[in-house]
Amino acid sequence: MCGIIGVIDRGRKEMDGSLIRRALSLMKERGSGEGAGYAVYGCYPEFKDCYALHVFFDDIHVTKGALDETLRRWGEIVHDEEIPTRDQPNLRRVHTPWRYFFRPDPKMMSWSTSPEDDIVTNLVMSVNTEKKGALIFSSGKNMGVFKASGWPEDVADFYRIQDYNGYLWLGHNRYPTNTPGWWGGAHPFNLLGWSVVHNGEITSYGTNQRYIQSFGYHCTMFTDTEVVAYLFDLLVRKHQLPEDLAMKALAPPFWDEIDRMEEKERELDTAIRLTYGPALMNGPFAIVVARPDMMLGITDRIKLRPLVAGENGKKLYISSEEAAIRRMDPEVGKVSMPRAGYPVIGRVES
Amino acid sequence: MSIGAVPPRYRISIDRDQCMLCERCVESCPYGVFRSSDGRILIDSRRCTACHRCIAMCPRDAIDLKERPVDYRSHPLWTREIRESIYTQARSGKIILAGMGNALPYPVIFDRLVLDACQVTNPSIDPLREPMELRTYVGKKPSRLEIRKDEKGDVELLTKLSPNLMLETPIMIAHMSYGAISRNAQLSLARAAKEMGTYMGTGEGGLHHALYPYQDRMIVQVASGRFGVDIDYLERGAAIEIKIGQGAKPGLGGHLPGEKVDEDVSSTRMIPVGTDALSPFPHHDIYSIEDLKQLVRSLKEATEWKKPVFVKIAAVHNTAAIAAGIARSSADAVVIDGFRGGTGAAPKVARDHVGIPIEAAIASADAKLREQGIRNEVSLIASGGIRESADVAKAIILGADAVYIGTAALVALGCRVCGNCYRGLCPWGIATQREDLVSRLDPETGSKQAANLIQAWTHELSELMGAAGINSIESLRGNRDRLRGYMLDEGLMKVLDVKTVGA
Repeated sequence: MCGIIGVIDRGRKEMDGSLIRRALSLMKERGSGEGAGYAVYGCYPEFKDCYALHVFFDDIHVTKGALDETLRRWGEIVHDEEIPTRDQPNLRRVHTPWRYFFRPDPKMMSWSTSPEDDIVTNLVMSVNTEKKGALIFSSGKNMGVFKASGWPEDVADFYRIQDYNGYLWLGHNRYPTNTPGWWGGAHPFNLLGWSVVHNGEITSYGTNQRYIQSFGYHCTMFTDTEVVAYLFDLLVRKHQLPEDLAMKALAPPFWDEIDRMEEKERELDTAIRLTYGPALMNGPFAIVVARPDMMLGITDRIKLRPLVAGENGKKLYISSEEAAIRRMDPEVGKVSMPRAGYPVIGRVES
Repeated sequence: MSIGAVPPRYRISIDRDQCMLCERCVESCPYGVFRSSDGRILIDSRRCTACHRCIAMCPRDAIDLKERPVDYRSHPLWTREIRESIYTQARSGKIILAGMGNALPYPVIFDRLVLDACQVTNPSIDPLREPMELRTYVGKKPSRLEIRKDEKGDVELLTKLSPNLMLETPIMIAHMSYGAISRNAQLSLARAAKEMGTYMGTGEGGLHHALYPYQDRMIVQVASGRFGVDIDYLERGAAIEIKIGQGAKPGLGGHLPGEKVDEDVSSTRMIPVGTDALSPFPHHDIYSIEDLKQLVRSLKEATEWKKPVFVKIAAVHNTAAIAAGIARSSADAVVIDGFRGGTGAAPKVARDHVGIPIEAAIASADAKLREQGIRNEVSLIASGGIRESADVAKAIILGADAVYIGTAALVALGCRVCGNCYRGLCPWGIATQREDLVSRLDPETGSKQAANLIQAWTHELSELMGAAGINSIESLRGNRDRLRGYMLDEGLMKVLDVKTVGA
C-alpha cells in the first residue's frame, strides 16, 4: 500500500511544489509516516548541464572527504552545498542531505559511447555498494529527488518543497511492509534521468534483481522499486527499445492474447517475452516513471493496484486516487482508468 | 560354498484362508517366486524383487511381503548392503550392476527447502479465476532485441529468433531408450507428452517406427554409441540432444544388456540381436569443448539450423563452468542430470558415489551463467530425482527453465521402483522386451496415467505460483527470494543462494 502521484506539463510550464504537497497529503491513508518523497524536473536551471548528485551523509565530518575525493578523481565538482532543510517536530533528522553539481570527465571512460552517463552510473553503484556512510539517491541533470522518513507534508516542509519549480513532479507516500522505513528506502528512486514511484510489491524481485545484476547494476536500497529504475535504464537507454515496447517487456500481454494477434505483432510480442522474460514484473504494482522528456504510468498485468489518469490542457496527471488529482487541479477533465498492463505516456512537446 | 547363502531380502507369505488358488500370482511373477503344485501355491521368497505385481493382481489381498525378514547383526558401518556386495564380489570378481537411481541415504536438499506465499501486502492469485502462465520456451534467446521504428511509428523486428520448443508446462519426460524400456512404455509416454503439450526424449536407442506419429514431440538423442543415428532420425525429432553424461553414472557409457536386445530393438538401434549395447565412456569425437561445439554445429548444419540442440551432462563438481562452456558452443539448452537420476543399468559404485545433487548443480550453473551475462540466452533443464510438483517448483526457483522426469513417469505407468530394470523381466511391462510382459502395459491406459500425472503436477504448480503471487513461470525462474533453507548448512545455502527460514 502506498500513494503515488505524478504530473507533467507537456508545454514545460513550471509548477511549484505546493500543489503536489497538497495532493500527496490527501492520500494519508496510503502511508504510515515512514517515508515520503518528491522528484522535480527543471529545478536547477543554473546548473542544467551538471549532474545533480543528492547524497545522504551519515556523519558528514567523517564521510564527506572520501566522496569529494572520489568525485574529483572522476570529474569536476562545479558546486556543492548542503540541501536547505528546516527541522520539523515530527521528522527525525537521521542524515545530512547534500548536493553536488558534478561534471564527469569523459576522458576517464573514453571507450564508452556514453561516458558521462556511465561514469555517473558507476559512481552511484560503487558508492552505494560500499556503504561507507554516503548514499547517492539522485543523480540526474536539472532534476532532484527529495525524500525522508516522515509524512508527506513534513517531508515537504523539511525540504521547503514549495520553493522548487519544475514542469514534472512525482510524489510518493510510503507504507513500508517488506523492508524497513529508512530515508534511502523512501521513493522516488532515481538513476540518471530516470525516477520511479511505485505502489506494490514485486513478487518477481528475486528474478528481476538477479537479471539486472548480470548487466552490472547493483541493488543497494533493499527495496523492489529500485530494480524498476534499473530495468528502464537497461531496456531504454542501453538496449534502445522504444518506451512502449520496454513497457511490454515489464508487463507483457498474456500468451492467450499474443496467440490471437496478427502474425507480425505476434512475432514481436513473442520475441519480447522470450528475450526479456526475466525482466517481467510480477505481483501487484502501479508505477509512475519519469524522464526529462516524459512521464509514464503503468500497472501490473491484472491491475492489482489502482491507477487513474487525468488531463487538463497540457497537463497530464497520474495517481493512485482521483481525489488527489482533483486536489491539485479541480478543473481536471478526461479522467480515465488505464487498462491493466497498458502504459499512459505524456511527452514534453519538442 | 564357503560363503553360503545370504538371508533372503524379502519374505512372501500367503494367507491360505484368503487364497482361492486362482494362480494369478503364478502368472504375474516372471521371477518365479510362485509355483502351483498339487492344489497349493508354493513360494520361493528368495527370487522376489518386491515389484508388487502379485500383490497388485491378487483378488483377495492374500499376499504379504516383509522386507528383511532375517537380518544381519546390525552395524552402522558394515551395513547389510556393504556385506552383501562383498559376498557377491568375492564370488564373482565382477562389477555389481544396479538399476534405478542412487540408493544411499544422502539427505534430500529439496526436502530442506520451503516455498513462500503471499499474505496481506500482496494478494495471492487464484489460478481458477485469473490467468496463470506456465508456457515455457526451451532454446536459445537473443541477448537483446534490435528494433527499427519508422517515421509512421511502425515497428520492425530486426532480430531473428532461433527455433525454440514451446512447452505448455515446464515438465518434460526424460530420455529412456527403446531397449531399456519397452515400446509400449515409450508409446504411453509419447502420447502423454503430445496430449500435455510437452516433449519426451528418445534416449540413445533410436526411434522405432511405431513412435513416428509422435515424432514432433520427441527429442532425439545422440549419445556416444550413436545407436540408431542417421539423418532420417535427426530429421524426425523436434530437437536433438547430445548426451555427454548421465547422473546415474557420470563419466561412464551406456549399458543395455543383451537379454533386452530383441529383433525390434536390434533394428532400431542398428546393432546385432542379443549383443550387449555398450556405448563408450566418452564420445570418440569429443575430447574437449571445441569438439563438442563442432558436433553441435554439425548436427545443426545437417538439419539446416531448424532444430534446437541440447547438451546433457551429469551433475559433477565443476558443472557450472562446464555448463557455461556448453552455453557458448551454439547449444540451445544445457541439461543437467543430478546424481539421483535413474537408469536401466549402472555399476552400483558409480550410481551411489559419483556426482552431485541436482539442487546444487542447477543453482551453481544458473549463477555462473548470470555472472557471465548469458543466462537468458540458453535454457537450463534440471533432471534427476524430481519426485513431485514441489520439486519442480524448487528446481525452477533454483534456476531451471524446465525439468525432465524419468522415474516419476515410469511410476505413473505402474513401476514400483524395485530396481531390477537391468534384468529385462519387468513384470509391469516397462523395462522389458519380453512380448508377454510388454503386452501387460496398454499404451492407451499408460498414456492416460502419465498425462494425468503431468496434468496434476501442472495444476499444483499453478497453485504454488498463485500462492506466491506469480502468474507467469518466468517470474518464478531463478527467484531465490521465494525459497528458504530449513536446517541447511551455511555453505550450502550460499551455493543455493537462499536465506534461512526466518530471515
